[in-house]
Amino acid sequence: MPKKYHIDTKRIPPRLPKTGKFGIVDWREDCARCHNCVKKACVFDRYRQEMQFIRDLDEFSSMFFECMGCFSCVQKCTKGLLALTVNPEYERMGNGYYTPDIILTTWNQAETAGIPVSGAGYRGKFTGSGFDSMWTDMSEIVRPTRDGIHGREYISTAVDIGRKPKVLSFENGELATVLPPLVDVPVPILIDMFPAEYRFPNLVPMLLTVAHRTGTMMVIDWEDHELLGEYRTKYLSNIIFYVGKDALLPPAEILAKSRLIEIADSEDVEGWIGQLKAVNPDLVVAVRVELDSRGEQRSMELALSPVVEVIHIVADINGNQVGVERPRFIKDMTRHIHTSLVKEGVRDEITIIAGGGIALAEHMAKEIICGADAVTINMPLLIGLECRFCTSCRDGFDCPVKIESITDEYGVGRMTNLIAVWHDQLIEVMGAMGMREARRLRGETGRALFFEDIEEETFGRLFGKRISA
Amino acid sequence: MEGSLAKESARKDILPGNTTKTLVPQVEVARVVKPAPPRYRNEIAKYIIRRSSDCTLCGKCAEICPHGVHVLKPGYKLFSAPHLNVCVGPSCAQTDHYCIDLCPNKALQMVENPMLKAMGDYRWTPDMLMATWRMAETGEPPSPEYGYDYQTGASGGGLDRLRFKFPEKPPVELSDDEIDTSIVLNRRDDGRPQVKIDVPWYGGGMSFGSVSNVIQLSKARAAAAFNTFTCTGEGGYMERMKPYDDHVITQIATGLFGVREETIQRVRIVEFKYAQGAKPGLGGHLLADKVTPAVAKMRETVLGISLFSPFPFHSVYSIEDHQKHIDWIKHINRRTLISTKVSTPNDVDMVAVGSYSAGTHIVHLDGGYGGTGAAPDIAKKNIAMPIEYGIVKVHRFLTDEGIRDKVTLIASGGLRTAHDIAKAIALGADGVVVGTSELVALGCIRCSRCESGRGCPRGIATTDAELARDVDVEWGTQRIINLYSAWRKELVGILKRFGMRSISELRGRADLLMHLDYTNDVETR
Repeated sequence: MPKKYHIDTKRIPPRLPKTGKFGIVDWREDCARCHNCVKKACVFDRYRQEMQFIRDLDEFSSMFFECMGCFSCVQKCTKGLLALTVNPEYERMGNGYYTPDIILTTWNQAETAGIPVSGAGYRGKFTGSGFDSMWTDMSEIVRPTRDGIHGREYISTAVDIGRKPKVLSFENGELATVLPPLVDVPVPILIDMFPAEYRFPNLVPMLLTVAHRTGTMMVIDWEDHELLGEYRTKYLSNIIFYVGKDALLPPAEILAKSRLIEIADSEDVEGWIGQLKAVNPDLVVAVRVELDSRGEQRSMELALSPVVEVIHIVADINGNQVGVERPRFIKDMTRHIHTSLVKEGVRDEITIIAGGGIALAEHMAKEIICGADAVTINMPLLIGLECRFCTSCRDGFDCPVKIESITDEYGVGRMTNLIAVWHDQLIEVMGAMGMREARRLRGETGRALFFEDIEEETFGRLFGKRISA
Repeated sequence: MEGSLAKESARKDILPGNTTKTLVPQVEVARVVKPAPPRYRNEIAKYIIRRSSDCTLCGKCAEICPHGVHVLKPGYKLFSAPHLNVCVGPSCAQTDHYCIDLCPNKALQMVENPMLKAMGDYRWTPDMLMATWRMAETGEPPSPEYGYDYQTGASGGGLDRLRFKFPEKPPVELSDDEIDTSIVLNRRDDGRPQVKIDVPWYGGGMSFGSVSNVIQLSKARAAAAFNTFTCTGEGGYMERMKPYDDHVITQIATGLFGVREETIQRVRIVEFKYAQGAKPGLGGHLLADKVTPAVAKMRETVLGISLFSPFPFHSVYSIEDHQKHIDWIKHINRRTLISTKVSTPNDVDMVAVGSYSAGTHIVHLDGGYGGTGAAPDIAKKNIAMPIEYGIVKVHRFLTDEGIRDKVTLIASGGLRTAHDIAKAIALGADGVVVGTSELVALGCIRCSRCESGRGCPRGIATTDAELARDVDVEWGTQRIINLYSAWRKELVGILKRFGMRSISELRGRADLLMHLDYTNDVETR
C-alpha cells in the first residue's frame, strides 16, 4: 500500500472576535446580581469569557458573540431580564450564495482543521437550488471499504490531470501506445486565481506554499509571476501559470520545468498547444473556458479536438453562468458537458476541472459526481482568513480584517487547514458511498440522488405534475 | 428464502428457560395525564406583554386573566415575572378578559416575542417547539387560540408540503373509543410471539452515553405506560431498566458495545442498526468527554477515549451474512422479534426486501434528515434520501413483491408531530420511530450542542451528573406520557375525520394526501 496522503495541521486561532450568530441582551440596571447566569446557567462559561474579553478589549467596536444559543441563561435568569437575539452583523455577512452559515463554518474549519460536527438533526431546508438540490447516496451493506478519517483502509483522493488514451495497444506483450503526460495531484482541489477585485498580492506566496504543503497546485497569471519571488523556482512543480489571450508565453526554461500550464481559450488553441508542446512535450496544457452563454458548447467542441488535454470551466464566484440574464448553475453545466462527452465517447480522454461556486466541501464532492475530475477554489480560502465577504476590497476600500497584513504562519496555516478538512470530508462522503477512489467518483451520478428525479419517481406518481420549484 | 430459524415453534422443548419469558418482574406505569409544568423559571412564549411605568399596580390584569399570566402574589407590592407561556396572545382580544384593552391605564402592550427568531430552525419552527412543550405539559393538543402553527415545519418540502384531504363530513360518525391506534409488529407467522403496541410509534435508539440514564429511564417508563417500546441505542443498558424489559428494544450496532447474551435475552425486540439517518454510512461516534466511568464500564471500554463504531458490520457484506446475524440472535433469544434499522440509499427498496428474506420482522428505515447526538454536518445534510421518499419506494416495492403484509415497515428520520406520523403512515409505513420530539418534550431547544464538552446544556444529551440532575425521572416520564397522549388524541381526530376505525386503514392511503407543489390529479386508488 502506498504511503497514505496526509496533511499536517495545527490550530490557528482567529485574529479577531468571530461574528457569531447569537448575542445575549440584558438589562443590568434591574439585575439581582445573583450570578445564576454566570455560575450555573451557562455551561459553556461564556459569561466569564465575555467579561475577560471586555477587560482585554482593544477595539471599541468589538463585540463578543460566542453564545451557543441554548437559552439556558435566558430561562434561568432570576428576574427574567435576559433575551437572546440573532446578531444582525452576522445576518449581514456574505451574499446570497456565501451565507453567514457558510462563512462561519469556513472560519471554524480553517481554525481547527476539524470536521464540523454537531448534535440534533439536520436543521435546514428540505432542498434548495444549486448543490442543495442533490444528495449523495450511500451503500447500506455491500461496500468495499470504510476508511473515514480514522483510517482503516485506504481511500484515494488522487486524480490525474491530462489526456488519457482511449485504448491501450500492445505488441509482442509490450505496451505500444505512447502515453501522454499526466499530472497527478493527491486531492482534487486546485487553487485558482482570484477575481481581480479580490486579489491580495501578499497572499500569492502563501497560496503557493499551501499548494506545496498539500501537494496540489495553484493557478497564477504569468503576468503576476514576480509576486511569487523566490518561491517561483522553489515550488515550480506546484504552479500552473495562466497565459492570457494576448500575453506572452513564459520563457522556455520555465516551460521546460513546468508540469501544467493553462491558456485562455481562443480560436487558435491548437496552435498554442502546439507551441507549448514544442518546448516541452511533457507539459500538460489546460484551456480555460469561461462559462458564459457559449461556454458549454465551446467546452464540448474543445473536448473533441485530439490535442486538447484539459478543460478548465469557470463560472462566476457564485457558481453562475457568466453574463446571461437567467444563468445556469455550475453543477448543471458540468453535468451537461459531462454527459454530452460521454455520449460522444470522448469523456475518458479529457480532463475537466471546474471552478466557481465551490463554497463547501460538499460542493466539491457533488461537483465531481456531476462530472468534474477536480475542482478549483479561491473564495473559500479568502474566507478562511476571516474575510467577511463585505466586498470593501472589491469596492476599493481597505480590508476591515486587514488581510493584506497577515503573517505567513497564520495565512498558510489556516488555508492548509481548510484544504485538509475538505479532504477529510471528501473521504467521509466517499466512505459512506463505498467509493475507494476519487477518480471513480467522477460522473458517478448513480451514487447521487437528484431532487427532480426522485420527486418525479416517488411523489410524481402519487400527486401528478410538479407545478412549482 | 426465509431465515433458517423462521419456523421454530416446534422446537420450544429444547429452548433454555431464560429465552422464553421475561426475566424479572415488570413494573406497570399508569397511563395518566397529569400536569407537568415546564422546569425553567422563564418559559419562552410566543407573545410577550410589556408593562410600562404607567402601571399603578391596581391588580386588575391579574384579576381578569383566566390563564394566570399576571402574577401579583399576596403580600407583594410588585408583580412577579408573568407566566407568558400560558398567554393565548392576540386571539384573547375577542374575549371579555383581554388585559391589554382592559388595563385602566393602558400600561400593557403585547408584542410577538423577538427571541423566537433565535430559536428553532426550518425543520423545528419555534411554534412547533412551543406546541410540543405545551403538549408535554398538558397532555392535550394545543388549543387553536394559542395560534401555534405547529403541524408542519418550514423546510419547504416533503412532509411540510403534504396536507390531508379531509372530507367535509366523516363518512361514518365514530366515537373516540371506537378507534384503534394499535399496530402489530410480527407479521411473519413464524411461531414467534405477536407483539402489539397501542400506538403506531415507539421511541428511537438513544444510547446511555448520548443521553443520561434519567432520560433513558423516562423514555422506557413512558413506553411502558403506552404499551410500546423504547430503544437503548448502542452501548447496552442499565440494571435500572430491567423492570421495563418488556418495553425495551436493545440494539446491536456495529461497535457491538454493550452487547452481551444477557442483554439480548432480556428483551422482546432486538434491533440491528446498520446505519443511522443522520450519518448514513459513517458509523457511530461518542466523543471522549461523554465516556464517563459509568459509560466506559457498560461499554467495556476505556474512560475518556472517543468511541467509534465502524461502518458497516465488518461481518456483513451480503444478505446471507445478514441472515447469519439474525439467526444468531434468534437462537439466543427464542421469543424476540428482529428489527433491522437501515438508512435510505437509492436502493433502499432492495435492502428492505433482502432484509425481509433474511428473516427480519421489522424493517426500520431511518431517513437522511434523522436525529443524532453527534454527526458531521456534511453527513446530516447530504447523504441518503429524506424519509418521505424512502417510505414510498419501500412500500411500493414490498407491495409489488407481494410481501407487504409479511413485514412491518417502520419509518423515522425527522418525524416531529402526530401529523407527521399520520402522513408517514398514509405514505406507506405501518408505524414510526420518534426521538427528537421526546427530547423536546423534556426541554430540548435544538441548539445542536449535544456533542460539545460535557454535553447538552439542557441536561438531556449528557452523562454529566450535575447537568443530568436538571431532569427528574418522574417529571420526564410524565412529560413524555403527556406528549404521547396528545399525539394519540390528534391521531384519533384524524382517523375520525376519515371515518376510519383503525390506524391500519390509513396505511398506504396516499390518495388521502395532497402535495402543495403538485397538480394532485392522479387517481391512485
